[in-house]
Formats: sequence, structure tokens, C-alpha cells
Amino acid sequence: MTRLLFFITLFFCFVNPLQADTASDFDAALEQLKQKNFALKSDAIKIIAVSGNPQARAVLDAMLNGGLFMRKKEKDLVFAQKQGSNYQLTAILTGEDLGQLKKRKMKKVGINNTLRSELRSALALLSLNNPDPNERLAAVNNMLGAIDTVSAATLRDSLENENDSSVQEVMRLGIALSDISSNDKKVRLQAISVLDGNLYPAAWNSLTHLMEKEQDQAIKDAARQALHSIDVKRQMSGIAETLFFGISLGSVLVLAAIGLAITFGVMGVINMAHGELIMLGAYTTYLVQVILPDSPGTALLLSIPLAFLVSGGVGVLIERGVIRHLYGRPLETLLATFGVSLILQQLVRVVISPQNVPVTNPEWMSGSIEINSVLSLTLNRLYIIAFCLLVFAALFFILKKTSLGLQVRAVAQNRAMARAMGVRSERVDALTFGLGSGIAGIAGVALSQLTNVGPNLGQSYTIDSFMVVVFGGVGNLWGTLVAGMTLGIANKIMEPWAGAVLAKILILVFIILFIQKRPRGLFPQKGRAAEG
Amino acid sequence: MLKSTIKRSMIAAGITASMLFTTAAAAEETIKVGILHSLSGTMAISETTLKDTMLMLIDEQNKKGGLLGKKLEAVVVDPASNWPLFAEKARELVQKEKVDAVFGCWTSVSRKSVLPVFEELNSLLFYPVQYEGEESSKNVFYTGAAPNQQAIPAVDYLMNDLGVKRWVLAGTDYVYPRTTNKILEAYLKAKGVAAEDIMINYTPFGHSDWQTIVADIKKFGAAGKKTAVVSTINGDANVPFYKELGNQGVSAEEIPVIAFSVGEEELSGIDTKPLVGHLAAWNYFMSVDAEVNDSFIEAWQAFTKDDKRVSNDPMEAHYIGFNMWVEAVKKAGTTEAGAVQDAIIGVTVPNLSGGFSAMMPNHHVTKPVLIGEIQDDGQFEIVWETSGLVAGDAWSDYLEGSKDIISDWRAPLSCGNYNVKTAKCSGQNME
Repeated sequence: MTRLLFFITLFFCFVNPLQADTASDFDAALEQLKQKNFALKSDAIKIIAVSGNPQARAVLDAMLNGGLFMRKKEKDLVFAQKQGSNYQLTAILTGEDLGQLKKRKMKKVGINNTLRSELRSALALLSLNNPDPNERLAAVNNMLGAIDTVSAATLRDSLENENDSSVQEVMRLGIALSDISSNDKKVRLQAISVLDGNLYPAAWNSLTHLMEKEQDQAIKDAARQALHSIDVKRQMSGIAETLFFGISLGSVLVLAAIGLAITFGVMGVINMAHGELIMLGAYTTYLVQVILPDSPGTALLLSIPLAFLVSGGVGVLIERGVIRHLYGRPLETLLATFGVSLILQQLVRVVISPQNVPVTNPEWMSGSIEINSVLSLTLNRLYIIAFCLLVFAALFFILKKTSLGLQVRAVAQNRAMARAMGVRSERVDALTFGLGSGIAGIAGVALSQLTNVGPNLGQSYTIDSFMVVVFGGVGNLWGTLVAGMTLGIANKIMEPWAGAVLAKILILVFIILFIQKRPRGLFPQKGRAAEG
Repeated sequence: MLKSTIKRSMIAAGITASMLFTTAAAAEETIKVGILHSLSGTMAISETTLKDTMLMLIDEQNKKGGLLGKKLEAVVVDPASNWPLFAEKARELVQKEKVDAVFGCWTSVSRKSVLPVFEELNSLLFYPVQYEGEESSKNVFYTGAAPNQQAIPAVDYLMNDLGVKRWVLAGTDYVYPRTTNKILEAYLKAKGVAAEDIMINYTPFGHSDWQTIVADIKKFGAAGKKTAVVSTINGDANVPFYKELGNQGVSAEEIPVIAFSVGEEELSGIDTKPLVGHLAAWNYFMSVDAEVNDSFIEAWQAFTKDDKRVSNDPMEAHYIGFNMWVEAVKKAGTTEAGAVQDAIIGVTVPNLSGGFSAMMPNHHVTKPVLIGEIQDDGQFEIVWETSGLVAGDAWSDYLEGSKDIISDWRAPLSCGNYNVKTAKCSGQNME
């Protein structure tokens, strides 16, 4: 309601040429911004928005982004930009450099959610004539939430001068949203045809609203038809969305499990410290970011090879120091590596911190690609999916096309025969384990972008990884990929109606039943190794 | 050579013995205060701060001349985030160390674990964290918020000031969120919210894949009615949750999230950009504009030798609880548990938001309720506060089975769960 009033006032102010004494209004409004009361600040924003002062935009913008401060001593408002531990100040009207000041000597002009959306709407109206079409698009999108006859009229005026087709489309939508409550049947019918199949939430809502009170049968039919086509589109988007969520969860599972597919799948070592190798990879990302605090993107790319080396190196140490002595004794290996996992966790707690550490997402990994109003794909997940496939392809290449891969497969299939052919099986064991561990480290880099990095990061992933590898069929890389994706998608299909907790339980029950039926997983390994 | 070693060790033993003697002698002249907070394990992140707070408060009291002419002495133990160990350590504090009061616990399960110990040995526990209510013990003083001092006012704010019509109650799957959401659901329905406008969702501890849930919230919020999320999501699961909200483009202006477990301490050290504008409800914020708060923060930062150290709500609860205990001991003239229990009811001390808090007969305290919006510097901008103080209610008025129950530890009633309908007191520990 306040928003509606706001638009009305704004509109009248725009067309009212009597708005003369704006300069002093502007100053008075600035004065008012110093108050603690949010209602007073809200009034001030409205005055500033229509003042026509060249600095109006800058003031509102700074206020929205937390860059507007009051100096406690001088009691005046200034722009402030953080520089190191101090703030660089600029005068609002003159743009004069006012030097630097400590934060304690100033008070920020605080805003709340209501003010924030008012600021955005005010900035949107100021942006409707912006030369950049993207700015205009954002501005119109901002207006859609609270469309009424007045703002629709503004849009109608702007539409005539608009030449960008995507902005035009949103403007028409805005006008239709207002027209749908018109008294003229033709106008209503026209509005329905615009809203037909439009996925913007307000379109569906206003159509259902219309259905409830519409008397005219023809219009009712048209509205029903329009709603139906929106519903169909929504369902399609819903399916696509579930699939995307499933694939992205699946790719996380595959990433976590793929290292284990080598150490457990190919070598047969039950490595309970697998999750901690992932954790080490995540901590490597953190440390690289600490060294390069200003460029998180570069740090992230740099940490991929580094994490491979760190986790791979630790893996080789574990193999040489512990596992080597325990080949053929799975139970002891299990216990020993469990001990190693506890040691690694405690090491991180003592050396770095028992608390979670912050890992920042680079700019290009935040946000999402909007396919339509109800379907948007988050960028970080898209990158993880691509990254997962890349790692899988690289690993596949190593195992199938390089001589190391050949030796690994030879030792896995028949150790004695491979040794007879001159393969140094001990060295191959160490390298294979290092490779699997290194991949786990790379998975840690990816996970650091999705979840909390802390000493307990690895624990849950150890179990998940074993689940994926066993389900997919021990010793089969394709099996791991298919199993991870299947489990991810199944989980996401079940989650909406079963809840996150129950979905996980159901998946586990399913796997247990499946293993009863097919003990060797989805893709059982064939040949002599399988019998052995 | 051998002889001299023996001689030396004998001397050493003698010194140790005499030292033991002197500490024992000194102990008789001090009043011992037990501090029962985890210093290791998962809860160490939050609880270590409270141990430091208690040490500072005791230190300050000693500088003021102690209590009843004696110095206060802190006895710190580490229950290591291990619930059964809490009970053992509590017994050790009371029986072996002979402390006169204990300040401690964080999670509800740790409090439930020590409760029988304090009741059996008739000692005092001050519990500083917001909790789900439905409990009142003769031996426990609840200085954190009961649901009606945090959850209910938060919902009122969303309903009346932001015009929220649709509600998502999201929580971690354990006792505090489940009980709180049960109360909130009953409250919302009593206020006329239809069942289809409430969505309840539970996730496991440390949940990290929030895609589906955030997408569901987004869909739920697109129905044309103002929607808000009431979050009892616990601990570090909050970080990926807010991140996912940001990535899927859900802003605080469209769908605000109000949290009951996210405070200054939790925000320090994480990137708060995706959180800006989301809300939290507490009884205290570090940004409270009050002189007593400024001097408290100054003392705290000096004590921890860290000028970036933040203060938070449970710290204020300990501040209130400790001062109440001090006043009650002065009033009773003794530290004996029974006398302090009688004396402390009605004791009023300053809180950190510039007002006063009083101990009620149900062992809960009166506090203001504040709503803050997260800012990009990890602090809260206070956007709303109750006009007066809210008294903690042990038994929710909105739950079947608890609404007829009251708690009053004054004679002659002296009962934690008195049913006003049947006029019966049903023992001390009704769940």
C-alpha cells in the first residue's frame, strides 16, 4: 500500500511543473536522513527521488549500498568508501575530497528491507530513461511487483520510445497486469492474450484472481486457457529444474566418489580417510585464497593443481606408511585408515582452527542464468557439473590411454602376472593410490565452493562415496558416473514429497535392496579379477 | 646421586603438600563459581566465548571487592560437547569442588542431561541460551529467551509490520526447532493463518544441498502473498542456505528470512553479502545504543585483547544471570542454595539494552525483544523492538497440554508445573 502511494506521489511530482523549490527540499531531505526513524527516512527518499538534483541518484545509490555516512563530529552526511581499515570520504554536493576517517567516528545511514525496496523502486524510475537497455530492463522488472494504473501509464508512455524488444516485452507485461482489472471487456481480453503462457508469477496470480470474480463466460474461458498453458509450461520447467538439481547433486557425488573408485574400485583398499583427503583439498583452496586475498578466481584455479599435489602427496604417504603393510587384510586396513582420518582431522583443528574457515566464491561463480521466470540455473552448480565431467574425462584418459593406466589395470587384474611382465607393482600401487587421493583433493576444491570448509567436511562424503562406488560396481569408472547421477536425480525427485531426511533414508534402503539382488552393483566387472 | 634425587623429590613433595594446604585454606575464604561450557568438540565455537564472559564478570566483581567480603573463584571444567559428560562434570563441580552456583550449558540436550544432578544435589544452574521452553526446574534459572520472548514476537513483527501472509517454518531436525515450530504453527493457526499457507521443512544437521528447498520456498512465495521464512536452522548449515538463496535470486525484500540462531558470533568470519537484509530476533544486539552496552563492549574487548571481538545475546544472558545471583546472595547474606532461590525471585538488575531485567517466579527473566536486519559489516540494524519488557513463559500458551500449566516457585505453591484446571502439581520434570 505504501508502495502504491509512493508511485502515485512520484507520478504527480513528475508531471507537476510547480515543483519549484527543489534545491532546498533536497537539503532538507538530506537532513532528515540523519534521523533514526525509518518512516522519516522513507519520506526523505521520496523527496530526493523527485528533486531532480543531479546528485539524487548518487545519494540513493550510496544509501542502498551502505556508502552513506554521518560524521559524528561535523554532523553532516558524506559518501564513504572503505579503504584499508579507514574510510575515504567525499562531500555530497561538491564532490570535494574530505580525507580519511575511522569508522567509529561515523554512523552509517541504516536502512531496512522496506527502505531497500523503496530505494530500488526510486532508482528504477530514475533509470527508465537510462541509455543502457539492461538498466531499463532491470528498472521495469523492479516495477512489476507493484504495478497499478499510475505506473502502468508511465510504462505506456515509455513504451512508445522504447526500441529494445526485450524491454518492450516486459513493459507490455506490466501494462497487461494492470489492464486485467480494467472495466472494459476488450481490454481485459487483450490483457489475457498477453499474459497467456507468461511464466512471470504475477501473471498466474492475476489470472487466478480474475477467474474467481469474472462474470463473462468468454473471458473466463480465455483465462482458463491462458492458465492452462502457463501450467503446462510450469510443469515442463519443474521437470527441467528437478533434473538439473539431480544432475548437480549427482556430479558432487561423482566428484567425491571418483577418487575412491580408483583406490577402492581398482586397488581394493577400503580407505576410510578418503573424506579427509577431500577436506585437505578444500583447505588448500582456503590457504591459497589467504595468500591471494584479492583475486579469488585465480586462487581457485591455482588451487586445483595444488590440491591435487597436497592430497596426492598425503595419499602416497598413507600408502607407503600404512596401507602397504596391510594388503590383503581389509579389516585392519579399515581400522588403520579410520585412525588416519581422525589424525588428519585433529591436525587441521590444531594447526588451522577448530572453526569453519571462510572460502569466498569468485564473482563469476555467483548468481544464475535465468532461462525463464520460474527456471534459473545457478552458476556455481553449472561450473561443478562441467568440472565433474572434465575430471572424469581426464581420469578416463589416464587409465585407458597412458602407460601408467595400462600398468594400473594390469596390476589390478592380475598382480603376479603383471610382475612377471616387469611391472614394478609396488611403485604402481603408490602411484595409483596417489592418483585417487589427488582426485579427492580436486573434489575438495569443488566442494569448498558449495559447502562449509571445516574439519568435519570429509566425514559425510566418505560414506556417500562408498555408497556410489558399491552401487555402480566396484572397479568400473562408468559405473561410478552412472551411479552418482542416478542417486542424485533419484534423491532430488523424492525430496519434494519425502523431505530431505526421509529421501536420504529411502535411497539407502533402495541401495541395500539393490545390492541384495545384484551384489556386484550396476556394472559388475567381468573376467578373472571378478572371480578372485 | 640417588640419595640426592630422593631428597630433592621429598622436598618437592613437601612443597606440593604445603601448596595444596594453602589452596585448601584459601578455598575456605573464596566463593566458588562453576563454569560448565564445552571448550572442545563441536560446541566449542559458541561456548568458549561464554566461558570468557564469565571469567571477565567474575574478575570485575572481584575488583569491586568480591562478594560478602570474600573473593570469587572461577572453577572451569570442559564437558567437551559430550552430553553425558556434562552430567559427570556438573557432579564434579558441585560435590568435589563445592561450587555455590554453576553457569553453563548451551544445547537443550546438555541441559536435560545435567538437570537431575542439580535437582538431586540441590545446587543452582544459570542457563544463558534461548530454548524451546516447556520446562521449569527449582534449581535452574533460564536467562535466555523462552519462545514467547523470541519466536512469537518475531512472527508478530512479520505479520503486522511486513504484512506476511504465507509462512515457511524451516528448521534442523532436532528438539528445539521441532518444539518451536509446533508452538509457532499453533500460534499462526490461532491467528487465522490457513494450513495451506504454512510450509514446514526439516533438514539434517550440517545440510549442504539446499537447491530443492530454496526452489520450493521460491515457488511457495510466488503465490502473490507476502512470504517469510522463520528459520530455526542450526549452526553452519545456515551458510550454504543463505548462499543458495542469493544464487537463486531470492532477496530479503521479497522473502525475508528471520533466524533465531544467527547472531554476531556466527556472522563474524563469514562473507555476509548474501545475508544483508535478512533478519534475526534476539533480546540483545551488539549494536544496541546504550551507554552500559558501550562500556560492556569496551571491557570485553580489553579483557580478550581483541578490538574486533563481538558480543552477542547469550553473553548478555550471562551478564544478567551473574548480576542477579550476586544481588540475591547479597540479599540472602549467604550462598546457600535454598536461601538464594528464595531471594533471587524479584531481583532486578540492569540489562545491556539500557533497561532492567527481573527474575520472575517461574525462574525466567523479563527482557525486551529486538529484531535486527543483517548489515554488510556483520552487525545488526535494529528495526523493531517491543515497547516494554516481555516476561519469559515456561509453558507455552499455544500448545495443548501446556496452556493450563503455570510455574511459580514461591511458597506456598513452589511448583514448576501446576495445572490450574486440575489444581495439581505433577512433579518437577514434566516433559
